Amino acid sequence: MSVHIQDETLSFEEAMEKYDPVLGFEVHVELNTKTKMFSDAPNIFGDEPNTAVTPVDLGMPGVLPVVNKKAVEYSILIGLALNCKIAESCTFARKQYFYPDTPKNFQTSQYEDPIAYDGYLDIELEDGTVFRVEIERAHMEEDAGKLTHMGGAAGRIQGADFSLVDYNRAGVPLVEIVTKPIEGAGSRAPELAKAYVAAIREIVKNLGVSDAKMERGNVRCDANVSLRPYGQEKFGTRSETKNVNSLRAVERAVRFEIQRHAAVLDSGNEIVQETRHWHEDTRSTTSGRPKSDADDYRYFPEPDLLPVVTTTEWIEELRSRLPEPPAERRKRLKEDWGYSDAEFRDVVNAGVMEAIEETIAAGASAQVARKWWMGEVARRAKEAEVDPVDVGVTPELIVELDRLVQTGKINDKLARQVLDGVLAGEGIPEEVIEKRGLAVVSDDGPLLEAIDAALAAQPDVADKIRGGKVQAVGAIVGGVMKATRGQADAGRVRELILERLGVSA
Amino acid sequence: MSELITSSAAQLAAKLAAGEVSAVEVTQAHLDRIAEVDGAINAFLHVNTDEALQVAADVDKARAAGEELHELAGVPIAIKDLIVTKGQPTTAGSKMLEGWMSPYDATVISKIRAARMPMLGKTNLDEFAMGSSTEHSAYGPTRNPWDLDRIPGGSGGGSAAAVAAFEAPLALGTDTGGSIRQPASVTGSVGVKPTYGGVSRYGAIAMASSLDQIGPVSRTVLDAALLQELIGGHDPRDSTSLTDPVGALADAARNGNVAGMRIGVIKELQGEGYEAGVQARFTESLDMLRDAGAEIVEVSCPNFKYALGAYYLIMPSEASSNLAKYDGVRYGMRELPAEPPLTIERVMGATRAAGFGDEVKRRIILGTYALSAGYYDAYYGSAQKVRTLIQRDFNAAFAQADVLISPTSPNTAFKLGEKLDDPLAMYLNDVATIPANMAGVPGISIPGGLSDGLPVGIQFLAPAREDIRLYRAGAALEGMLEQKWGGPLLASAPVLGGVK
Repeated sequence: MSVHIQDETLSFEEAMEKYDPVLGFEVHVELNTKTKMFSDAPNIFGDEPNTAVTPVDLGMPGVLPVVNKKAVEYSILIGLALNCKIAESCTFARKQYFYPDTPKNFQTSQYEDPIAYDGYLDIELEDGTVFRVEIERAHMEEDAGKLTHMGGAAGRIQGADFSLVDYNRAGVPLVEIVTKPIEGAGSRAPELAKAYVAAIREIVKNLGVSDAKMERGNVRCDANVSLRPYGQEKFGTRSETKNVNSLRAVERAVRFEIQRHAAVLDSGNEIVQETRHWHEDTRSTTSGRPKSDADDYRYFPEPDLLPVVTTTEWIEELRSRLPEPPAERRKRLKEDWGYSDAEFRDVVNAGVMEAIEETIAAGASAQVARKWWMGEVARRAKEAEVDPVDVGVTPELIVELDRLVQTGKINDKLARQVLDGVLAGEGIPEEVIEKRGLAVVSDDGPLLEAIDAALAAQPDVADKIRGGKVQAVGAIVGGVMKATRGQADAGRVRELILERLGVSA
Repeated sequence: MSELITSSAAQLAAKLAAGEVSAVEVTQAHLDRIAEVDGAINAFLHVNTDEALQVAADVDKARAAGEELHELAGVPIAIKDLIVTKGQPTTAGSKMLEGWMSPYDATVISKIRAARMPMLGKTNLDEFAMGSSTEHSAYGPTRNPWDLDRIPGGSGGGSAAAVAAFEAPLALGTDTGGSIRQPASVTGSVGVKPTYGGVSRYGAIAMASSLDQIGPVSRTVLDAALLQELIGGHDPRDSTSLTDPVGALADAARNGNVAGMRIGVIKELQGEGYEAGVQARFTESLDMLRDAGAEIVEVSCPNFKYALGAYYLIMPSEASSNLAKYDGVRYGMRELPAEPPLTIERVMGATRAAGFGDEVKRRIILGTYALSAGYYDAYYGSAQKVRTLIQRDFNAAFAQADVLISPTSPNTAFKLGEKLDDPLAMYLNDVATIPANMAGVPGISIPGGLSDGLPVGIQFLAPAREDIRLYRAGAALEGMLEQKWGGPLLASAPVLGGVK
């Protein structure tokens, strides 16, 4: 058992007064090709363990890799979307290390000559500021298998009784996107970190080359952080926080590392160059293994593969297939939907733009879609501390709830209860309405009884209305709604009251 | 000996096609021969009796039914145990893979199955094809049919000995630095290393990926051509396989002719270091070729002297990487460390310590060192440059000559154990065969006569994709030599087993 040691941290504000943060990111994107990077096994991680494998994926004796052309195309598309140059010819190399999730005990990756290099991405921050992140390279490689450590301490390899390996993920095509050092972000470093990863996720999703679900590991971020005193040119020693797998965690991990580094530097100690592990529960990182630039992976050119050669025609054909860039798309959607600048920014920052787009596509109006995603869904997300898109609400569900409200079957308040029921697994909305008895009371009989009771309870108000003060009807409506536990259609109640009192609306 | 086992593959094919013999008879004759002599030779690690007879019976049935059959249908073949086969064990001559059954067939095996050739079994080799004597097999050495106290060459000593001892008319080998040609040379058989990429490597257990090549082992040049035509050609599973057509190799072998051919004698591959008897047979062959109308020219390949050194950097580098997968995690041997703790690193370490033999470990250590940060440029990087220089030497030589010629090996078969403790002396056996692998060009070794009663091999080399020239020149020389000897060289080999 290892003892968990909580590192000292400085407050973020104090850290920012003293030190200038430099960031760097390695983002791994799993491509959603039909087959794997070097074999014809299906790319369907998540199935029954060790079923989506061929002898190639298991590193059987005698097997040879063959490059998946679709994966190369997807990689070029990513490169082009990141404004990169595309290599005319590039090679694969073997990165060698012994680990049981790597069936050959080397990973086939690109080393000296990546498929894409020298690009940039303009990142829009929450207040609309645009920050340019330089991309050093985007290269192709294969994913490793998945290890599950059994027994011992909390799923870690240390202290485990044994470990299980699932090679379904082994050989899944990856593109690793590496930034140049990002300087000048200052106190906006955590925000930039989140926005950068969100932008990458958005781009690969928009390109259709990845499912781009961070919670499933389709997009994984390693965040490098170092600090230096203001005015110093030389970078400080960096730490690399591995596999930070949600946007929120990226922001928090960078913030934490800045605070931790600052405390270490403040105490006169040196930062250890190492990998760190992010823990969502404690919102802190712990030391992984020491990492030095001299890690010896004994790279050498993969002799079983020929260089990947790209032609201008091929690249231009792929360029012509690039979808509308996300920034332009946002501008277009904002206009289409008629949202104000502030409304649209809130939507983007809440990460629900796609969800709204899908909801509109499913049949809702722009206003209804925004009302739901920024209102009820956002509220629930905040409560559960998850992203709104992870609450479990689908665009189709919103459209259905809206339809039920529009047709008067339920009202907004009841719709929230219906949503409760759907999320609790009680079935589709109609079934929840049935089971919970939530339908708006539309039979006038019970309503008239309630109205008469309410009028009898407040005779002075009834008189005022009769006397022409129609606006006083609200008090009676309220009484009826209370008596019917909100299940009445307020509009209909108002009509009936005025009818009852012989007053025209 | 039965004519069924002394016949060449082409002769057997003709007899089978004419209905003079059945495939079952032919296969059974070879199985009987294996039972009779392999106790002494140890060419086979596994004998595939039931399946071979079943395939033969099916061929006979198909022929009786008038089905269209491949020319080699019913002709038995032995498979070097480096090539994976479904339904038969594949060991690579290593304890590491003892008992392992491949879940898939190598591409060449699929082709052999499609041609319906009965597979007699898997032949012995130096562990993971690392060696020149087959003494590094974990399953005991193979012995040379010409002298049971001598080595049959390596790494493919099993395939060469099986063919030379009439246990099989044909065999498959693999050649990384001479593992087909050098055993052919010292056993009096024929061996061909095709152009790199000419035959799919899918399913050949890799030693050095950029050098390995599967090829035929036989007793005649024509038989090798027939087999290469079958196993060659593009394979989408091997990215390095050529898309060129295989060529009319058997036609070339049937029409051997060197009249007007320019044959280049490589200055650097003769003389010092080559046994006198080897040099004498080589010179006789040159005279014979000249008499047949060839133009003999001398060519110089000055960088060949660096070939062996560069080879012993590139080959172990690639081998160290290719053999990393044998770790006890997924298949094959798993050895637990004697003492706790049972961590994965320690299980991998114990498995590799127990599963690999000394020569394999030697090469893994060499290669790991050569690829290490700080040494890469000096070792692997420099060796790759030498490789380019060797290619240039070949280009220059082939500008002057249509084919090149040299002794296949500087010496005849040495005694078992003689060079086992002297790796450098062992490595020198391949000095004449390695340049072809370094440049990816094809080579053939054919019997060139005897020196002190032991076979000498003559090697022809051709430009990449010109394997056809090897067969044309090889068949011409073979024809002249057999005329001189009054029959195949192997007819004069000691008779093993009982005379039938």
